[in-house]
Amino acid sequence: MLKSRRNEILVAMVLIAPFVAVYGWLFIYPTIQMVRLSFTNAPLIGAGDWIGIDNYVRLFTDRIFKTAVWNTLYFVILTVIPGTAVALVIALMVSRLRGWLQAIVLAAFFLPFILPVTVVYLIWWWVFDPQFGIAQYIIEPIVGQPVSVWRRPDWFLPMAALVTVWWTNGFSILLFLAGLRNISSEIYEAAALDGASRWQRFRRITWPLIWPVTALCLTIQLILQLKIFDQVYLFSLGGRTNTTMVLVQYIYEQAFVHNKGGYGATIAVALFVIVVAVSVLQYQALRARGAR
Amino acid sequence: MSATQRTEVHAGVGQNRLIRYLDISGLALTLITVVAAVIWAFPLYWLVITTFKPEFEVVRPYIELWPEHFTFEAYLHIIANTKIVTWYINSIITSVAITVGVVAMGAGCGYAISQLRFPGRTLLWWLILASFMVPVQALIVNHFVIMSGVKLVNTLLGIILPQLIVPVVVIVYKQFFDSVPRDFREAAVIDGANEFQLLFRIYLPMNWGVTTALAIITFIGAWNAFLWPFLVTTTEAVMPVSVGITQVQDAFGIYYARLLAGAVMTGLPVAVVYLIFQRRVTQAIMLTAGVKG
Repeated sequence: MLKSRRNEILVAMVLIAPFVAVYGWLFIYPTIQMVRLSFTNAPLIGAGDWIGIDNYVRLFTDRIFKTAVWNTLYFVILTVIPGTAVALVIALMVSRLRGWLQAIVLAAFFLPFILPVTVVYLIWWWVFDPQFGIAQYIIEPIVGQPVSVWRRPDWFLPMAALVTVWWTNGFSILLFLAGLRNISSEIYEAAALDGASRWQRFRRITWPLIWPVTALCLTIQLILQLKIFDQVYLFSLGGRTNTTMVLVQYIYEQAFVHNKGGYGATIAVALFVIVVAVSVLQYQALRARGAR
Repeated sequence: MSATQRTEVHAGVGQNRLIRYLDISGLALTLITVVAAVIWAFPLYWLVITTFKPEFEVVRPYIELWPEHFTFEAYLHIIANTKIVTWYINSIITSVAITVGVVAMGAGCGYAISQLRFPGRTLLWWLILASFMVPVQALIVNHFVIMSGVKLVNTLLGIILPQLIVPVVVIVYKQFFDSVPRDFREAAVIDGANEFQLLFRIYLPMNWGVTTALAIITFIGAWNAFLWPFLVTTTEAVMPVSVGITQVQDAFGIYYARLLAGAVMTGLPVAVVYLIFQRRVTQAIMLTAGVKG
């Protein structure tokens, strides 16, 4: 019996070894190192001196860091709730359909989600091209002139948010569709017998029953969009980035462009703290809402 | 609810005018849905169709929904004049390696946590759950420091390694292995099977669907990855295609047909994988979002 117990432990060690090795080396170790690095003035590669909390003091007076925080929050506001609302509307519309029509319509809404960000970027770079882009046929009549959207600070983040919703919405749509499928059709039939209108059925049946899925989508989207980098970086290529800077982009700028590894790590710690704080807050808020 | 059922329900109410009204509004909603889907997918159509136009047609000052002169010139040009073939090979190597690594490590670790008792098991489980708190994007600086320490910057292995940490795969496997009935295990143990045989003959085969779903979504994720491959590669020879095509623009200025032909070639493999394995992709998304199904 003792032998088989020792054998079990041995087998377990062999099975977990690869994961634990990679996880320890490339996840836990760098997480600890990130915090340590944030107290030094190290360049990206090479040793630096311990400078205490200087980096953190600097962070609080850094105007670009403040811009990056605001832009990230602005981007979250522009994407999370509108994106989830759009996904719910699309899911409601798709769930009414049946058979091949539903399959095709769903594929049309979902396909952007599986594309690489660089493809999404190239598509919309072309669509918004100030001279030849088809979006200018909509923008010009409204604004009066073609707009170079990726060079205009006031247009940049809202349009990046639009692209992001277009790109990532397939994920939430799938979750909503699964949730809608779980609502028993008998409830709707009973409501229809009682003469409930479309809106009443949505307000009194669908909305409360779909709320857990809505909460899940909001949580996932919120955490995801706080970590925004790819689209914003790509669309800002060749322009002035300081006005449209987001947090992860600022880590990249400081560490990889300005060769300030220590300060880059400090911004990374700030991102880490924001993500943890927001997750905890949101978890509490959603639980409160769910308990009501 | 089918159309006939719906009619019955409303006929039961006995308001004929209401039925007609509802059917018309139902039809209108379907129409709106289809139009919305067409608008939603239009940028994709516009992408593909632009690549088959000659450059002078691309910049015509009006909307041309179908090319006047259909041509593959853009594709031929991009294949002949960029490293896209190399980028493609790099993408295939890194994505396959990441997929195999993530699934194999996830299955092994998930099995150990689910079925075996060993010291540190609970601690490991909590560490995996807690990892959701740490944004991987915050680790880019230190990943780069580690990779340059072992001289793996600008190598395919350097692209692969940091992308191997996908704790959610361990969690999904643990949950599925948990729900395999104990009877199977006990019967096999009586027949003299050891732990590895249990894993490879019973637990994995019983969950092939999960493995397929996780492998597909990991492959798509690895193929699409941008931030880390972009940071760790500076020479075109080691770039994956998702990073490589951003270099095309610098080389050509704006020749949109060529630029977008590169985009189509980059997105095509994942689009095809999705269209073939739609059901599995959907399942995988549910699994990784924490909805077991």
